[in-house]
Amino acid sequence: MSALGHVGGSTGTPAKLEKPRKRWLPYLLLLPGGLWLILFFAVPAIQLFATSLYDPSGSLEEGYAMTWQFSNYADAASEYLPHFMRSLGYAALTTVICLLLGYPLAYAIALKGGRWKNLLLICVIAPFFTSFLIRTLAWKVILSDNGWVVTTLDALHVPLPDGRLLATTPAVIAGLVYNFLPFMVLPLYASLEKLDPRLLEAAGDLYARPVARFTRVALPLSMPGVVAGTLLTFIPAAGDYINAQLLGTNRQYMIGNVIQSKFLRVGDYPNAAALSFTLMAAILVLVFVYVRRAGTDEVL
Amino acid sequence: MSEQRHGDSGADLNLVGVTKSFGAFTAVDDLSLTVPQGSFFALLGASGCGKTTTLRMIAGLEEPTAGRILLGDQDVTRLRPYKRPVNTVFQSYALFPHLNISDNVAFGLRRRGVKGVADQVERMLRLVDLESFGKRKPAQLSGGQQQRVALARALINHPQVLLLDEPLGALDLKLRRQMQVELKRIQTEVGITFVHVTHDQEEAMTMADTVAVMNAGKIEQLGSPVEMYDYPGTAFVANFLGQSNLFAGGVTGRSGDDVLVEAHGARFSLPATRARAADGSVWLGVRPEKMHLAAALDKVPAGHQSVTGIITDSSYVGVSTQYLVRPAWGDELTVFVPNSGVAAPLAVASEVTVHWRPEHAFLLSRPEGQTVAPVVDAEALA
Amino acid sequence: MLHRLRRWVADRWVMAIGLIVLLYLFVPIGVVAAMSFRDAGRNAPYTLENYKFTWAHWADPFGAAGIGHAFWLSIAIAALATLGAVILGTLMSFALARHSFRGRAATNTLIFLPMATPEIVMGSSLLALFVAAGVQLGFWTIVIAHVMFCLSFVVVTVKARLAGLDPRLQEAAMDLYANEVQTFLRVTLPLVMPGIVAAALLSFSLSFDDFIVTNFNSGSVVTFPMFVWGASQRGIPPQINVIGTAMFVISFLVVLIGQIPNLRRRKA
Ligand SMILES: Nc1ncnc2c1ncn2[C@@H]1O[C@H](COP(=O)(O)OP(=O)(O)OP(=O)(O)O)[C@@H](O)[C@H]1O
Ligand SMILES: [Mg+2]
Repeated sequence: MSALGHVGGSTGTPAKLEKPRKRWLPYLLLLPGGLWLILFFAVPAIQLFATSLYDPSGSLEEGYAMTWQFSNYADAASEYLPHFMRSLGYAALTTVICLLLGYPLAYAIALKGGRWKNLLLICVIAPFFTSFLIRTLAWKVILSDNGWVVTTLDALHVPLPDGRLLATTPAVIAGLVYNFLPFMVLPLYASLEKLDPRLLEAAGDLYARPVARFTRVALPLSMPGVVAGTLLTFIPAAGDYINAQLLGTNRQYMIGNVIQSKFLRVGDYPNAAALSFTLMAAILVLVFVYVRRAGTDEVL
Repeated sequence: MSEQRHGDSGADLNLVGVTKSFGAFTAVDDLSLTVPQGSFFALLGASGCGKTTTLRMIAGLEEPTAGRILLGDQDVTRLRPYKRPVNTVFQSYALFPHLNISDNVAFGLRRRGVKGVADQVERMLRLVDLESFGKRKPAQLSGGQQQRVALARALINHPQVLLLDEPLGALDLKLRRQMQVELKRIQTEVGITFVHVTHDQEEAMTMADTVAVMNAGKIEQLGSPVEMYDYPGTAFVANFLGQSNLFAGGVTGRSGDDVLVEAHGARFSLPATRARAADGSVWLGVRPEKMHLAAALDKVPAGHQSVTGIITDSSYVGVSTQYLVRPAWGDELTVFVPNSGVAAPLAVASEVTVHWRPEHAFLLSRPEGQTVAPVVDAEALA
Repeated sequence: MLHRLRRWVADRWVMAIGLIVLLYLFVPIGVVAAMSFRDAGRNAPYTLENYKFTWAHWADPFGAAGIGHAFWLSIAIAALATLGAVILGTLMSFALARHSFRGRAATNTLIFLPMATPEIVMGSSLLALFVAAGVQLGFWTIVIAHVMFCLSFVVVTVKARLAGLDPRLQEAAMDLYANEVQTFLRVTLPLVMPGIVAAALLSFSLSFDDFIVTNFNSGSVVTFPMFVWGASQRGIPPQINVIGTAMFVISFLVVLIGQIPNLRRRKA
């Protein structure tokens, strides 16, 4: 009738597990990739830091002496501060423009795309496959002094600095925006795609006008995408030197150009390392402050 | 059905002192029960009482903290899920979205190395009325159709025990009734042990050979639906399966084969065979449909027990009218009067006498100090 | 009337802006395609002026010295880097999504950092490591570097897919007599596959297109982006545009074909 009684001695003696839980399994799975990252990312980063403290008067052939040369950092900061500020400023501007351009695009694809959603998404990704150097060279053609953009602007009497576009700051920014826009659109799309359109309808039902519907529902819910997108845009943009080199002049040079030439042309490793490390540290600090502020810990 | 079963038959499912703790919280507490082979066993209980956890332990998806699970003579407590002759129909169906319906249904047979499964799959799909759907993907089926695929996918393996975790929960009432009939038919045809978790007490009572009511990780009572309804074991069960009017009172003595009870200053009696407590504090219970209404005390048939009160509410529900009657001590009684056309409806605020046959009452022990019957929260039953 | 017009605009302006932005993404591709049909020699200035049409470059896409070699080298590097990154990254994402273990936060940081580090820093620090270790720069140092920076993207992509996977599906498989290996091969892997494919595509394009890290670690090896870079300093052979356009068209078609069953299902 009622539940059966206890069978003596059956409980309390945990039988041996047929298969023990494999506590080591996650470590085994992590081992190869983790080692790879430690060996080829973490160790070089640490070594880069060490290099940045070498005596800069040595050379690659003769070897460097470790002199804890913290003055490398002071030198780097004093000499290349404008390049640093330019890099961060260009990257910030690029990120903002990418967000302003990318959000409507991602929103349109995710929520208004309907049957064309996948096709539109492919269109965002497809330019990726034409080498970005080739595309940047194409920008050079588009912005060139007798290209149709300049000609049109001239005809409309829009004043241009020095009467040209190529080799100016707007050209470099345009190139950066162009190159990193997909990095903004994809995470935005991913988070907007998950947005249930019924939520927007519900907001409309609850008297939210279109603007409120966007600011109160869509935007907060797509915040993880905004954070991921801005990071994925800002970080590579801050370290870029191709756009400044191809579309700008040395007045537009960013810190990447300096590091690149110090490593590969001048061969001044300690100073180049100090610059690299400062850039990395600056970006990491900005990223962490930003992620904290945005309140999304689970980014990316 | 002519298919051979795998594993030996005549194997009852036995849970012996099974306990499952999640950290400090005990979800299933020293649970013991036997489900005879080939029977339809329904597990009822409020939300969060440990039904799903119990099923998962039987399936091998969760490991008991203590206790043993036996199928016949075989101890399966630590056996991996894929080594048990047990299959589950998951609450949300858990159909493989990347496989079509036929491949979903054939999945278990293929894993066990059975060759040439096409015939069996087709027969199974016919059984659940989905012959022409084999090539579709799960996303292209309706909820009820997916549910039938989940059933077919489990049944085709001829497990010794089939576990069903609220499989009909997502269906509308009509489809639900239809599926209940279907399930019962299939169970009788294939003779598999069914353990069926449900929130719907009517479903449990109509389908099951044995019903168990769980409360806070323990079995409150288990038995046939008739036994459980007619003579519930605890106040919780009395209110969980259907409704009951419970009077808080005390046993005052015996008179021959009858037990005497005093409640709220009134005296009652009932046969000793209907009493689960012989002395001390008790609940005297009567089902609402076993109570009758009389306009005056002298209209009460001889030998009936009675209580006088005022009608405070009446609601017409078609087959019957449900009255609320307030006796002198306040707590309202529920009385169902069939609309058989014999008696005229009674007006609210009129005085009536509620009466019942002594052998229709039941007596349950009551913890000292408890004056409000343990009720089930309505949300859990919804 | 005016009211109707306003509604019409209100419904469509987001899509309109989206399409304009998309157009912006495509303008340079159009220029590249146009340049690939331009009748001009290797050292002709890279402009659209004095445009004359020709099929000649398309008939002989590898006609410029060294371009074919650089192209196939980049394909080989991208394939190897993708293979390595996808294998290592998928293993890591399974550990992160499916197991609890000590050191999880540290692991997540180790995976996040490469994404937060500018390529120029990664490239230069790796160069310093290779030089210090006396490793000969070339094909394999490029592959090593590419696996490293693709790895994090693979982990992020696959992990997201795994997180969205209903654990009950794996339980259902186990319940239906699939052991751990079969459950993985028959249920988990097929369901995670879209994530793995996306990660592979991403890795391939990141690797194929990489210039900055490669420039530091290539030694004397010339990949396709490096060939383009070199050409941009000296004079651009028109075949570069042919290959750029072809890559675009081919990848577009490949992804599009992959989407066809998807489109059809949506319509059904
Ligand atoms: N993995 C877990 N970790 C911690 N607590 C758990 C876990 N699984 C279940 N529980 C707890 O155990 C209790 C029993 O859960 P169970 O799922 O068995 O309830 P149930 O009777 O099936 O309820 P419902 O009818 O709502 O499905 C609940 O209080 C639940 O919160
Ligand atoms: Mg449950």
